[in-house]
Amino acid sequence: MNIVVPIKQVPDLVEELEIAASGKDLDREWLKYKINEFDDHALEEALCFKEAHGGQVIAVAIDGEDVDKALYTAAAKGADRVIKITGEVADNSHAHARALANVIGQLDWNMVFIGVQAVDERDGQTGVILAHYLGVPHISVVTEVQQSGGGVEVVKEFGGGIVAKLEVQPPAVFGIQAARQTPRYVPVAKVRRAMRGTELEEMDAGSVDVTAGSEVVRLFKPESKGGAEMIEGSPEEVAAKLAEIIKSKL
Amino acid sequence: MKVFVVAEHMKGQLAETTFELLGKARALAGDGGEVIALLGGHGHKDLAAQLGAADKVIYADHPALEQFNPQAWCKAVTQMLQGRLPGLVLVSYSSQGMDLASGVGTALDVPVLAYATDVQADGGRITVTSQLYGGKIMAESAVNGDSAIVAMLAGVAPADAGRAEGSPAVEEVSLEGLDALQVTFKELVEPEGGDVDITKADVIVSVGRGIQSEENIEMAEALAQKLGGVVAASRPIVDAKWLPKSRQVGKSGLKVKPKLYIALGISGAPEHIEGMKDSETIIAINSDPKAPIFEYAHYGVAEDLFDVVPALTEKL
Ligand SMILES: Cc1cc2nc3c(=O)[nH]c(=O)nc-3n(C[C@H](O)[C@H](O)[C@H](O)COP(=O)(O)OP(=O)(O)OC[C@H]3O[C@@H](n4cnc5c(N)ncnc54)[C@H](O)[C@@H]3O)c2cc1C
Ligand SMILES: Nc1ncnc2c1ncn2[C@@H]1O[C@H](COP(=O)(O)O)[C@@H](O)[C@H]1O
Repeated sequence: MNIVVPIKQVPDLVEELEIAASGKDLDREWLKYKINEFDDHALEEALCFKEAHGGQVIAVAIDGEDVDKALYTAAAKGADRVIKITGEVADNSHAHARALANVIGQLDWNMVFIGVQAVDERDGQTGVILAHYLGVPHISVVTEVQQSGGGVEVVKEFGGGIVAKLEVQPPAVFGIQAARQTPRYVPVAKVRRAMRGTELEEMDAGSVDVTAGSEVVRLFKPESKGGAEMIEGSPEEVAAKLAEIIKSKL
Repeated sequence: MKVFVVAEHMKGQLAETTFELLGKARALAGDGGEVIALLGGHGHKDLAAQLGAADKVIYADHPALEQFNPQAWCKAVTQMLQGRLPGLVLVSYSSQGMDLASGVGTALDVPVLAYATDVQADGGRITVTSQLYGGKIMAESAVNGDSAIVAMLAGVAPADAGRAEGSPAVEEVSLEGLDALQVTFKELVEPEGGDVDITKADVIVSVGRGIQSEENIEMAEALAQKLGGVVAASRPIVDAKWLPKSRQVGKSGLKVKPKLYIALGISGAPEHIEGMKDSETIIAINSDPKAPIFEYAHYGVAEDLFDVVPALTEKL
């Protein structure tokens, strides 16, 4: 079975986030991006599936900051094809899903493994919307996909550590939460080799005539509800104060 | 205003969030408004008796709805809403809600808003507040049109406001197209019991990605031992298999409410907060002074945990 894995760059939350002068977007000038961690898991699960059962893994990404590197990294990890989606695509989940559907519709595919969510998806999860545009079922919060009979068996997580096993006849879209194993790491040298030896294909996003159905009025930093009493000083001083507090609470 | 609430249940029990949403729906509907609960299942009609905060329950029974089959449930909720909009539809941003909100919204071509912490409907204009970027940025959105599906984070509205005695009127509807599905529910698998039950502990020392390596968890063990507590973790630690699933706190892990919760190197993503925000005392140590965890903690230390934790263990 062939698996398509969409990959998205999201702001690195370790960095400070600032709001742009418009008040409606992040100030993206100095923003550092990293691959959405759930996409990393989606790619890993796709590679594990391929290693066990064969087929192709096709990584796709809508053009944007650092996507070439993300795609070459996917190639270095074992993706068979890497495709950059070019053209005008608005920055919302519906538009992303429409562009992905336009391109995936032209590929020879059986399953899409997509990150279950991203930190910036205001108007819904891209994967679920994509499934609708492709006219196939979806399952979100997936942690394992295994071949079984003519189809696949999928593990979906609920709260409290409870999981469900579902059987699915592809084509289908799975929102991957975690791969069955820790996503593999590739050294920079291998990514550089992939840059030389891989053909980065380009496909046009096509017509993306969808809207989010809502507009951002403003972004703001969470108003502090008081928050924590911050304890300062040298590690020794901080430790002493914390020890006091802990003793008074227990 | 008409406000719909998707009633979520598992193993015959309604989710706590269903009551949170019902309470919120009551407030949004206002005088003269209507709150309608959407209940699906197979032999689950009696759950309607607990949905007294709604004016009406729409119930759909089908074998494919006995458990949570995303394909069946998306079709069911879509059909329950068809012909009944405009209105506001509240769904929990849970594992079930993640399939339903965007699935039903796209099928009905109704705007979807995720990660919601608040919804307002003033004079029919719907605005939604979402918590983005792991809790670091909030976004206020205005909905185009008079309907929306809003996926709300757990714990953002009080559940008590949504509990009321007495069964509302139940309207039973029949569904179409649920007999030939590509998705079949197989079985529910309960978690394996872990070596410790973190939900019973008075003191929890919880480690996040800031702990950096499996070996470093020993440092947290030492602190927990001094306090007679146990070590728990955020999701990435469990995904890396450094600790068993039974130690995971949060949305897909366990909910805990200890006397003391010490968060080490945990950023405070909404999915983690959901599992520990009701702890009596929360202490967070995180080198990023802007980490959202400090909003929920009672005491915070914006320092390197590797400097503070050994010194603290020493002092106890
Ligand atoms: C459907 C779904 C369910 C989920 N369920 C859960 C769940 O049950 N539980 C859960 O926890 N998450 C869950 N998540 C994941 C959640 O979104 C976050 O990814 C996760 O909580 C982040 O964990 P973290 O805080 O340990 O890591 P990060 O967000 O990476 O934070 C690490 C923190 O450590 C700090 N740090 C780094 N080095 C140091 C140092 N030396 N000293 C002090 N601080 C340091 C950093 O400043 C940072 O704030 C779920 C996600 C989804 C999509
Ligand atoms: N621009 C994009 N390029 C590739 N994949 C994307 C893009 N946007 C969204 N996705 C996929 O959809 C997931 C959820 O994203 P979103 O719903 O946009 O927050 C991401 O983690 C990706 O897997």
